[in-house]
Amino acid sequence: MTRKLAIIATLFTAALLLCAGNASAQDWFKTGTGLGVSKARVAVPEFAVRQPIPQALEKTFHDVLWSDLEFCGVLELVSPSFYPPQMPSQPSEVTFGEWAAAPANVYMLAYGNLSGDATNLAAAGYLSDVHNPQAPIALQKIYRGPATDAGARLLAHKFADDIVGLLSGGSPGIAQTQIAYVSTRSGNKEIWAMDYDGQNQHQLTHLKSISLTPRWAPSADRIAFTCYVPFRGITSPQICLYSAISDRLISFPRYRGSNSSPAWSPDGTQIAFMSSQNGDPEIYLSDSNGGGLKRITFAAGVSTSPAWNPKTGKQIVFVSDRGGEPVLYLANSDGTDVQKLDMPDMGYVVDPSWSPNGQLLAFSWRRPSGNFDIYIMDIVNRQLVELTRDEGRNERPSWAPDGRHIVFESTRTGTRHIWSMLADGSLPRQLTYQGQNESPNWSPK
Amino acid sequence: MQAGTIRKFTLLLGIATVFAFIGGCKKQVATAPPTHAAPAPAAQPTATLAASPAQINNGDTATLSWTSTDATDADIEPGVGKVAVQGSTPVNPTNSTTYTITVTGTGGTATASTRVTVNAAAPGVPPASNQSMSELFEQNVKDAYFDFNKADIRGDARDALAKTAEFLRSYPQVRVTIEGHCDERGSTEYNIGLGERRAQAAKNYLISLGIGAGRMDTVSWGKERPFCTEHTEECWQQNRRAHFVAAQ
Repeated sequence: MTRKLAIIATLFTAALLLCAGNASAQDWFKTGTGLGVSKARVAVPEFAVRQPIPQALEKTFHDVLWSDLEFCGVLELVSPSFYPPQMPSQPSEVTFGEWAAAPANVYMLAYGNLSGDATNLAAAGYLSDVHNPQAPIALQKIYRGPATDAGARLLAHKFADDIVGLLSGGSPGIAQTQIAYVSTRSGNKEIWAMDYDGQNQHQLTHLKSISLTPRWAPSADRIAFTCYVPFRGITSPQICLYSAISDRLISFPRYRGSNSSPAWSPDGTQIAFMSSQNGDPEIYLSDSNGGGLKRITFAAGVSTSPAWNPKTGKQIVFVSDRGGEPVLYLANSDGTDVQKLDMPDMGYVVDPSWSPNGQLLAFSWRRPSGNFDIYIMDIVNRQLVELTRDEGRNERPSWAPDGRHIVFESTRTGTRHIWSMLADGSLPRQLTYQGQNESPNWSPK
Repeated sequence: MQAGTIRKFTLLLGIATVFAFIGGCKKQVATAPPTHAAPAPAAQPTATLAASPAQINNGDTATLSWTSTDATDADIEPGVGKVAVQGSTPVNPTNSTTYTITVTGTGGTATASTRVTVNAAAPGVPPASNQSMSELFEQNVKDAYFDFNKADIRGDARDALAKTAEFLRSYPQVRVTIEGHCDERGSTEYNIGLGERRAQAAKNYLISLGIGAGRMDTVSWGKERPFCTEHTEECWQQNRRAHFVAAQ
C-alpha cells in the first residue's frame, strides 16, 4: 500500500517535472484550492473625494486597496489604462456598457467616494456587476475610521476583504490579518509582528536573549514561542507565552533540558511542544496554562515541530529522525497510530504547516540534490507540488487563514527575509527588508 | 519651634511603636516553649544530629538535620552557631569535620555529634597551585564533534571525552553544562532537538566512563550560537559539537 503510494507520487512528480521542463516553477501547477478557475476581471477606479481630506490619506487608501486586491488571489485587476474616461463615485454614475465592453472587459467594478474632516474618515464602497445593470448592487457599505494613515489603511483593508469574500464564494479576505516572525534587527532574535502586507512592523518581545518559533493562538490573542531563559542556573530553551492584549509575557512552566516548538490545538485549550525533560527530545501535550502535562511520542531520536490538523483537531503532523533523516509523521493527536509520510525521494523534510481546511500540508524539503524548497502535499492522495525553486533557501511555510496564501522565509535576495506567495507559488511578495528575519507565522484571523 | 517638637514627638512615637512591635514578636516566640516545658521542669533534654550524605567531594554540600526534646536553645559547632531546636541546614566543609550540637533546656544540656567526610583529591593529580581552575578546564576538557545530522559518538569524540572524563574524575567538585550545537543547515526546530541529543550523547558517554550523572546538565543551542559563521563544511564541522562549560 505504502509502496504503491510512493510509486504514484513518484510518477506524479516525474510528470510535473517533465511539464516544468520548459516552464517556470510557478506556472505548471494548480493546487485545487480554487486557484485554477479563471479569475474575475475587476476594475478599481480611484474613489472620488467628496469632502477634502489630506492627500496623503487619499493616496494611502488607493494604494492599499489596489495592493490588497492585487495580491488576494481570487481576481484579476484590470489596468487603469483600459478604463473609460468617466469614473463613477456612486451607483447612479456607472456607465455599465463602457466598462463591460472591450478593451476594459470588466466583470465587477469596485468604486466609491471618500469624505471626512480633521478627525474622521469615511469611504462609501460599492461593487457592481457591470454585465447585469438590473441586478442589485453586490456590495454597498460605508466604512468609517480615524483620519490617520492607519485609519485609511483599515478602511481599504475592510473594503478589500468584503470584495474578496463576495468573489471567493464566502472565504474571507486576509487584509486585516497579521504575521508574527523572528527578527534580529534589535540586535537579538526577538518576536516581531506586522500587518499581512509588511506594514506596521513592530517588536513584541524584549528578552535580549534568543526567541524563536512564534505561533499564534487560534483566538490570535496570544503567541507561544521558544525563549532562551535561565532555569535552575542554566540558560535553556523554554516555552514562553506572549499576550497580545496586555502586551507582556504570561507564565508557563519551565522544564529541565531543552523545550521548544510550541503549537496550539485548534480549540486553543492545549499546547504541544518538544521537551527533553525526561531525556530524549519528545513531544508533550499540556493545557494552554501548562497543567496536565502528558508525553505523546515514544521513539528514540528527536520528535519535534508538532502541528495540529486545524480542521479536525484529531490528527497531528510532526518531524522525527527515528528512521534516520528527519521526515514527517502523522499521528492521532493523543500520539497513537503513528505513520510515516512516505516521500518519493530522500532528504530532510521539516517545518510542517497544515492548511486551514485540513487537506494540504506545506513543508520544507531538502532533496539530496538541492536546496531547501517549499512543497505542499495533499494529505489524502499524497500528491506533491513544489512551490519554490532555484531561488535561495526557502523554508518554514505557514498558511494564511484563507488557505490561498503561504508566508515563508527565503534567502533569495542574499539575506533571510519574510515573503508571502499564493499557494501555487505565484505572486511572491517580499515583506521584510531590515535585519535577518525568519520563522513567520500567519495569524488565524 | 513648636512644629519641630511635634515632629520629634511623632518620630519618637514611631520608634516606640516599632520597638513595641519587635517586642511583641519576640514575646510570641519566646513564650511558647516554656508553656511546654513547665509541666516537666526536671526532664533532661535529648538531641540527635545526622549528616546526609555523610561523605562528600570538596565543594559539594551535605545537609545536617537535628532533633531534640525538652530543649529551649540549640547550638551547632563548628561554623553553624545558634539554631532552632530542630531543623536542618546545608554545610560545605572543605575538610572532614565533626559537627556537634549542644541543646539546653530547663532540665540541663545534651550533645550529639556526626561527622562529614570530605574526599581528598585523587592521588597523582598535579597540584592546582599555579594554574587557575578555568585554565585547567580549558586545557583538559575538549569538545566532542559530530557528523552531519548525527548524534553518534565518533572515534575522535571518544578520545576527547576520555580526556574530559579524566579531568572530571580528578576534580570531583567540578560540575559541567554540556551544550549541544548544530551547523546552520536545516530547520531551527529540528536542530534544537538534534543539539540536545548531541549533548546527551556526550553526557551518556561520560556516565559510561564513571562520571556521575548529577554533575552534568545538558542544553541545546540548536544552530543559534555558531562558533564559526562561514558557509563551508570545515566551518560546519566546527559547529556540530558538544561543548563543555564549567557550571558556576
